[in-house]
Amino acid sequence: MEAATQPMSTGGRPQLGRSPASRLPDQILRLGLTAIAVAVLALLAYFFVKLAIESRLVFEEEGILGFVFANNWNVAASIYGALPLVVGTLITSALALLFGVPVAVAVAVFLTELCPKRVRGSLTIVVDLLAAVPSVVYGLWAFYFLIPKLKPVEQWFADTFHFLPFVAIDSVPGPNYFIAGLVLAIMLLPIVCAISREVLATVPADLKEASLGLGLTRWEMIRTSMLPYARRGIVGASMLGLGRAIGETIAVTIVIGDSPILGHSIFGQGYTLAAVIANEFNEAAANPLHKSALIAAGLVLFVLTLLVNSIARLAVMRSERQSGRPISAGGGV
Amino acid sequence: MESGSLSADLLRPPSPRRRRTDKAMRALMWTATGIALVPLVLVLYYTLQKGIGALDAEFFTTDPTGNFLGAQGGVKSAILGTIEIVGFAAVVAVPLGIGVALYLTEYGGKGRLAQAVRFFVDVMTGVPSIVFGLFIYLVLVLAGTGGSTFAGWKGSAALALLMLPIVTRSSEVALQLVPNSLREAALALGAPRWKVVVRVVLPSAASGIVTGALLAVARAAGETAPLLFTATIVKATTFNLNQPMNSLPAQIFQDLKQPNDELVERAWGAAITLIAMILLLTLIAKVIQRRSRAKGAT
Repeated sequence: MEAATQPMSTGGRPQLGRSPASRLPDQILRLGLTAIAVAVLALLAYFFVKLAIESRLVFEEEGILGFVFANNWNVAASIYGALPLVVGTLITSALALLFGVPVAVAVAVFLTELCPKRVRGSLTIVVDLLAAVPSVVYGLWAFYFLIPKLKPVEQWFADTFHFLPFVAIDSVPGPNYFIAGLVLAIMLLPIVCAISREVLATVPADLKEASLGLGLTRWEMIRTSMLPYARRGIVGASMLGLGRAIGETIAVTIVIGDSPILGHSIFGQGYTLAAVIANEFNEAAANPLHKSALIAAGLVLFVLTLLVNSIARLAVMRSERQSGRPISAGGGV
Repeated sequence: MESGSLSADLLRPPSPRRRRTDKAMRALMWTATGIALVPLVLVLYYTLQKGIGALDAEFFTTDPTGNFLGAQGGVKSAILGTIEIVGFAAVVAVPLGIGVALYLTEYGGKGRLAQAVRFFVDVMTGVPSIVFGLFIYLVLVLAGTGGSTFAGWKGSAALALLMLPIVTRSSEVALQLVPNSLREAALALGAPRWKVVVRVVLPSAASGIVTGALLAVARAAGETAPLLFTATIVKATTFNLNQPMNSLPAQIFQDLKQPNDELVERAWGAAITLIAMILLLTLIAKVIQRRSRAKGAT
């Protein structure tokens, strides 16, 4: 570093000091970076306040609880009760977790523990590639491939297991909650898998070796030492996936069926908060109440994801602290 | 082992039942991995099969015509629009994100401001992309900022909001991995702080930062929702960021479900193009990551 010679050559000043002029770039950098960080905070605050202000109209009209829990979304009659949307969001996300998480965790265990070393790297990349397929392409594929292929299966399932709750339906429509849940499951798989993998990789080798040394089989070792150790991190990973599923818009918009009425079956058509915003925004531009209702839907969506993500971060952070290793989500989560 | 009976008990080979369970569970995990790969294979195969026919010279060199009947045109405006919108978003979000990450690792430390920034960057990561779109619509489109309502740069703004937390988080991780001894050595040699940051810390973390930025760009390139009401869907190619601008995801969304086979085929062709662009970015990112890990640099 040429800078090292500078203080020496400045004669009269103390040897290790630096002239005020040469300290200037330092202060500029420090102030500049701090300003950027503060600006990000300010932006986020503005973001929240703006959404809250713009959605006030509908909250005044329907009440906050009325908006979230009233089961009537009728644009023509200017009634905005978002319960069908909130429930639709929750149903599709829950289905996504149900289908996606077990597979994602199994894949993560497989990749960390069972997979031959030779193919591990490439297989990991291939699973990560699932995250690289854009949402709209999943929607396109689901609409033209998944829906027609699965319809007979869904109908058979609905007829055979009609005695189960929320399954019976006379005739399964193409787009429905189940399809949306399935697409979401595919989309959250790489996220949950990537974080679970990182968490599983933090399980100490002595723990695994001790289990095997005691004569446990591979699976027993996985079940009794790896999974319990990584439990919190896996829960966190699932919650992050859930957050993603709740906010996912376009793929769901394409396959949900656009029906703002609470479906009675998981094979019924429905709507989600995100999908309603994407679909109705154009027509709502001229109607202040409708527009405000959609912004309120966005706000509810934001609060939902905020809750889920906070819980998730907490869980992942605890599991980080437990293992003392930072866990970074591989897929840019 | 001192107790003979205990060791005999411990060393007994697993019972057939336990061995069967072990085998079954291993098979189950193999199967799960297979199942996880099925959608990827199906999506790629089906998209290629449906869309490969649409890919000709005209597809890449003409704009959508919007005619009710007759030739429908290609997706030139959408490809260029995606590159422009995402490119501009990256130009804004990547330096900002790196700046925030630098603040967090080099200056903020464990201070209260740094903790708050960290928390809210995490919050931002979870915000659904459509909500960012709504926000930009309210703040920039309705207000007519820049003398336009819908405009390409407003789409970039929405995508930049989406990319910012991703870039920040991945850069922060990369910067944290730079050993403190490097910083201390440079400082001890008398280098001023800014020089340590610019000449030592950033270059050491470069591959990690680039990987994160590429992944953020790839993620943003596939986003549809925030573009629908910021840049909207138009037909003509434009290089003016202050005009409404087409993009590949928006074009796919528009063509899908249309009762016109040519439009649907164009959607599949556009899907191939988009996937190819994103896969390329992702693969480059992964290769850089892999190489730097192999080197042990990050």
